[in-house]
Amino acid sequence: MAQGPPGQAGEERMITEGSPGHAGGRLVVALRSEPKTINPVLAVDEPSRDVIRCVTADLIHINRGSLKTEPSLAKSWKVSNDGRQYTLQLRHGLRFSDGEPFNADDVIFSFQVYLDEKIDSSQRDLLVVDGKPITVVKVDAYTVRFELAKPYAAAERLFDGVAILPRHLLEASYRSGSFSQAWNLSMLPSQFAGLGPFRLKEYVPGQRVVLERNPYYWKADRAGNQLPYLNEVVFLFVPSEDAQVIRFQSGDTEVLSRFSAENFAVLQKQQSVKGYHLDDLGPGLEYNFLFFNLNDLTPKGLPDVAKKQAWFQDVRFRQAVSAAIDREGIVRLVYSGRATPIWDQVTPGNKLWVDEKIAHPARSLDRARQLLQSAGFSWSSGALVDPHGNPVEFSILTSSSNAQRMKMATIIQDDLSQLGMKVQVVPLEFHAMVDRLQNSYNYEAAVMGLVSGDADPTSEMNVWLSSGETHLWHPNQDKPATPWESEMDRLMQEQLVTLDYAKRKQLYDRVQEIVVENLPMICLVSPDILVAAANRVGNFHPGILVPYALWNIEQLYIQ
Amino acid sequence: MRHKQKLVGAVVLLAAFQSFILFAGFFAPYDFATQERERPFAPPTALHFTDTRGNVHIRPFIYNLIDSGRSGEGNRADFDHPYPVHFFVRGAPYKIAGVFASNMHLFGVEAPGHIFLMGSDAYGRDQFSRFLFGGQISMLAGLIAAILSVSIGIVVGGIAGFYGGWVDELLMRGGELFLALPWLYLLFAVRAALPLHISQWEVFLLLVSVMGLIGWARPARLIRGVVLSAKQRNFVVAARGFGASDAYLLRRHVLPQTYGILLTQMTLLIPQYVLAEVTLTFLGLGVGEPLPSWGSLLSSLQQYYVLSSYWWMFLPALFLIPLFLVFYTAADALQELHKSVTL
Repeated sequence: MAQGPPGQAGEERMITEGSPGHAGGRLVVALRSEPKTINPVLAVDEPSRDVIRCVTADLIHINRGSLKTEPSLAKSWKVSNDGRQYTLQLRHGLRFSDGEPFNADDVIFSFQVYLDEKIDSSQRDLLVVDGKPITVVKVDAYTVRFELAKPYAAAERLFDGVAILPRHLLEASYRSGSFSQAWNLSMLPSQFAGLGPFRLKEYVPGQRVVLERNPYYWKADRAGNQLPYLNEVVFLFVPSEDAQVIRFQSGDTEVLSRFSAENFAVLQKQQSVKGYHLDDLGPGLEYNFLFFNLNDLTPKGLPDVAKKQAWFQDVRFRQAVSAAIDREGIVRLVYSGRATPIWDQVTPGNKLWVDEKIAHPARSLDRARQLLQSAGFSWSSGALVDPHGNPVEFSILTSSSNAQRMKMATIIQDDLSQLGMKVQVVPLEFHAMVDRLQNSYNYEAAVMGLVSGDADPTSEMNVWLSSGETHLWHPNQDKPATPWESEMDRLMQEQLVTLDYAKRKQLYDRVQEIVVENLPMICLVSPDILVAAANRVGNFHPGILVPYALWNIEQLYIQ
Repeated sequence: MRHKQKLVGAVVLLAAFQSFILFAGFFAPYDFATQERERPFAPPTALHFTDTRGNVHIRPFIYNLIDSGRSGEGNRADFDHPYPVHFFVRGAPYKIAGVFASNMHLFGVEAPGHIFLMGSDAYGRDQFSRFLFGGQISMLAGLIAAILSVSIGIVVGGIAGFYGGWVDELLMRGGELFLALPWLYLLFAVRAALPLHISQWEVFLLLVSVMGLIGWARPARLIRGVVLSAKQRNFVVAARGFGASDAYLLRRHVLPQTYGILLTQMTLLIPQYVLAEVTLTFLGLGVGEPLPSWGSLLSSLQQYYVLSSYWWMFLPALFLIPLFLVFYTAADALQELHKSVTL
């Protein structure tokens, strides 16, 4: 194996905090499915991203332990006084995993690709500020300046996850227009190079992806040893959660994340004998919610749904539904207690942004009935009827592949039946559901969940702006349909360009209050982040941001 | 007449079992949808006859479990509060055969006591009640599908066997086409094409009917064979010689010969379609929550944590085995009987 020259002249290494470990060994983890690509620009599925995180690096990184930004390929950065210019100093003397040097040209090239409208990367949305893409200027071989159209709060967080590409390997395919086929899994490992702790070694279709140590990696531990410690990382393809749990239990894999509270309980029983440990990190950034179809349906010709919208659009109806839902019951039955009830979108896990003033009213069927009564509803032999005498019946969509949300919907169904509402739970295949939510708008209500990519509210722009695609109850509006949506638009835009944290917090607190007052999403629970690892894995410090367990893979070692 | 005794035994057992299911509301202590949210995955409630001081009681009693809040951490009984089991108690309202309303239950305990003879499920619903109510849906599904299959089978098989020639060829090749149909995918397609406001229950009935409608090929083949041999019998040929019409011949002489086969087919097809319902539910095409069916009771077993932690979730499967055995015994006895009659 080609050994990287240790501490090559002029190489500016980054020293990590973790305790020094032993070199060698390999780590085996399971992926839910095969990665579709290892091209960071094109990857949208989680398995692809899990692999890509191990073989690439970004300029500025969010530390998953502290949730704060830290230097990565950029050793430092300066913000101009108006908050519109970021000047990044790159590390000198770094090499890609194939030994080619890294400099500002690679950064310029990478951003050119990410911002290319024709390539349509998922990162592009974040890199467009106020309708204008970020401009990237090369100052010298190791200095790059980013110019934003408007001041942008927490702009340095945008660089997280934007992997720097090797210009010497990818420019040809980019120029020839074949970039969308570049770096799929059928390529030879020698065609790939990145700045991550590992590089591609082998791909066996249907079985595994094997990564090997990158001899040119640019991080070192406190004792001056070059990272990573591990010789190999093996990603096995294990298609179901239960199968992953069983393989972890039998010692085939060393790290497990993204599994249910029930399986946590199963694993817990054998914790002491099997030589692994479990961690409940508390609520993460996932929020689950129920929402009603508030779209403008006149052009869509859906008279049946449109009739029911008279109820959905009445805020008292939504408040009554929220008051009737037994969130504690969901926590207990769906998550065996490993979740937290929530009333707005910011989970208690997001300590910087959670609004402590939000009330947490207990479940109250009486209050729900009062609200319905004040909205003109009444009861006839137990069934709820609207002011026109129509019985209140609607369906709730859920994704049939998500057992937790199916259970939530079943509990809500039972809760609402106590108000005399007749609710049907309709499990649909995930894409069929999204098609109804996003394109045909042919649905009445749905239970969904979102996981914020970052603790900062900026990652939530798409959800709360009325023009956003993920503004689920009424996406892609030309102009805000309601006064509270227009207030929310204003607040979200304002927090985006405010640089002071305290002021931004005030603005985002108000957004949370609007959500609670108007309930476009009736927030339910936030599940705990659950991880497990074999005791022999050292430096294992899981965090509540994706990827929960392997974010510091360069520091993991086998004891 | 060993077969006859076997048949009578099987029929009595079946009738007993069916009446349990038909009067599910009476035999079940709770409604199938009532969620006891404090008690998910409670193990089967133990019936006690001796109390903590060693006194023996004639009337059995139960103890509630103290829920620890998180399942999987073990349950302790609350020995301070015994709840005696009462018979013929008033409880949740129900309907028998969808008509007669009542709220009388065979047994029950006073709230807040809970009696879960077969444990409770993930929502704290009584498995025993769900098993009985679930039987109504599963048996109905089996019955509907079997009747549909057999009645189409008799028409198609009868015509094919009786007329022969190109009619026979056409119908039987058509039947083979149906046998080769990937019915599971067909059902998925049917489900996807249905509008949302159709209730899960109607969807389910529709799917079961589709299943019955495409399952006619096998009975049709059998009936065709019987008709083929029956129409060449001397008394049939004689009747034709006397100028009997086709319809008369079929009705009076040929089809009665197939009744034995039909009955056997029915007793074979019903359990087969009940199992098909289990498969459907396993794949998410069954009756939706909160309605129970045997399929939905078994489908929770596909999860590892249920499989490894809650043995009582297997009980419904355990009870279904003898039921199917009785069905097949009846079919077997019918077939033997039919053989000895025709010989």
